Amino acid sequence: MNGRVDWVAHGVLCCGVLLFVLPLWLLLAGATQDAGAISRGELSLLPDLRNLGVFWSVLNDRAPGGAPVWHMLLVSAAMALAIAGGKIIISLLSAYAVTFFRFPFRMLCFWTIFITLMLPVEVRIVPTYAVMADFGLINSFTGLAMPLIASATATLLFRQVFVAVPDELVEAARMDGAGPLRFLRDILLPVSAANMAALFVIVFVYGWNQYLWPLLVATDPSLDTIVIGIVKMIGQDSVTDWNRVMATAVLALLPPVAVVLLMQRWFVKGLTEGEK
Amino acid sequence: MERRTIFAGWVLPVLLVAPQLLLTVFFFLWPAGRAMWTSLERQDAFGIRTEFVGLDNFADLFADPLYLDSAVRTVGFCAAVAVLAMGTALLLAVFADRDIRGRAIYRTLLIWPYAIAPAIAAVLWVLLLHPQIGLVAHGLKAIGILWDYKLNDAQAMTVVILASAWKQVSYNFIFFLAGLQSIPKAVIEAARMDGARGWRRFRTITLPLLAPTMFFLIVVNIVYAAFDTFATIQALTQGGPGKATETLMLKVYRDGLINLDLGSSSAQSVVLMLGIVVLTALQFRFIGRRNAE
Repeated sequence: MNGRVDWVAHGVLCCGVLLFVLPLWLLLAGATQDAGAISRGELSLLPDLRNLGVFWSVLNDRAPGGAPVWHMLLVSAAMALAIAGGKIIISLLSAYAVTFFRFPFRMLCFWTIFITLMLPVEVRIVPTYAVMADFGLINSFTGLAMPLIASATATLLFRQVFVAVPDELVEAARMDGAGPLRFLRDILLPVSAANMAALFVIVFVYGWNQYLWPLLVATDPSLDTIVIGIVKMIGQDSVTDWNRVMATAVLALLPPVAVVLLMQRWFVKGLTEGEK
Repeated sequence: MERRTIFAGWVLPVLLVAPQLLLTVFFFLWPAGRAMWTSLERQDAFGIRTEFVGLDNFADLFADPLYLDSAVRTVGFCAAVAVLAMGTALLLAVFADRDIRGRAIYRTLLIWPYAIAPAIAAVLWVLLLHPQIGLVAHGLKAIGILWDYKLNDAQAMTVVILASAWKQVSYNFIFFLAGLQSIPKAVIEAARMDGARGWRRFRTITLPLLAPTMFFLIVVNIVYAAFDTFATIQALTQGGPGKATETLMLKVYRDGLINLDLGSSSAQSVVLMLGIVVLTALQFRFIGRRNAE
């Protein structure tokens, strides 16, 4: 501000950045190195550029008895997209219903959805597993994605946006003869586009990073996500190909990081506005 | 807040709300209800007969020293993760809020770790701390510390705390930064005029204004540390060595799905649910009061 460089701020922030970038750099560098050298503890900070092909060749690797890495990446992508798409759609519709209509048991519906805030999948794993078994959804893609689609947070976020839409706008739309569905499509969808983008980032990352739920519901290796695959790989007693594990971790990390970086603006705004 | 203008009819809204409601009932309410019911039952060794035992499972749970150990361990773990993750994030946010060159770049570089999965965070920390290949582990050995978190209880706990807190810093950073940016510049400026500087200005002006953000984050961090770190711990230590890093979450998983003790596991689930209900209620009470002021 007064022309002086704020050295303290730069120092602290650089340390903070290093705290996060250094492990990632180590992962990138390690992936290109010789497996033997890593096992001997000779992990170098300099990547070996001749071995960049490892990121390509690792796509066909597999954990013992597991699916190849490219397949696990596909499962992760499909799962994250299904959860993100599904969550946005059903939350948008249910928020629309409870905000713009009066129907019997409206508040009961609202509170039923709201109460799920208090029931994360982690606290009810065994009974949820039992219910899934009753429906025959164990080891199916539906079972993997569907239970994670219900969301109170997203419904509350959309409701917040809809409540802020001025009554005059709704009146005007009605005067023009717009029915409820056209109003939803022509007015509410554009109004909430930024929130949808933010929600997409949050839910995509959430879906991609799931661990406990896929571990429970999908024991079939053909449904392994990349996160499950990585934990399986490092869980073995004697990991030898450390460089390939690292390369796989890089591939597992890239998609959600890319989504966050590309949509950073909407994401930060949506996150801090939505959760409070 | 209620709308004055609404659309007529009830068939359409019921159809619109139905998918969300069905998912909620089938995958949230039904399992939760079932957990409560199963927590009151006990199966015989072969899983053939089930009898109603009232609150026996809960009585057993709270008489079990292993469970109480795990509960105490979880509380300590959550506190350590929350303090570490929030402290680091607050420090970084305060400096990232200053008017310095390149702050947009700093922010981006501090926000991206939000995307890292807890399980992947564990992989990154293995690279640093693995007794054979870890870079930091070699440094520790060089200065004469016997480092092997797969054998040493305290070291194992340190590793899972560090990895778990590390992953949560960027989430907290985003919220602290938003909180700092929402403080009117005029307030800070007035404090500056009054001669409040540096640490004193931070303590008397900034910190009280950040209180709502702080409280929100305390609850979020505790819930994160209690539940979402399952993957981190499972990938790093599987709760070991022995039970040194077994949190309540790992215990529910192990008792329910590995040891198949359904009654006890359901009772543990119910206890965890109560914990979340209390935390959420506290949060709403506090935020509600702030808004009323």
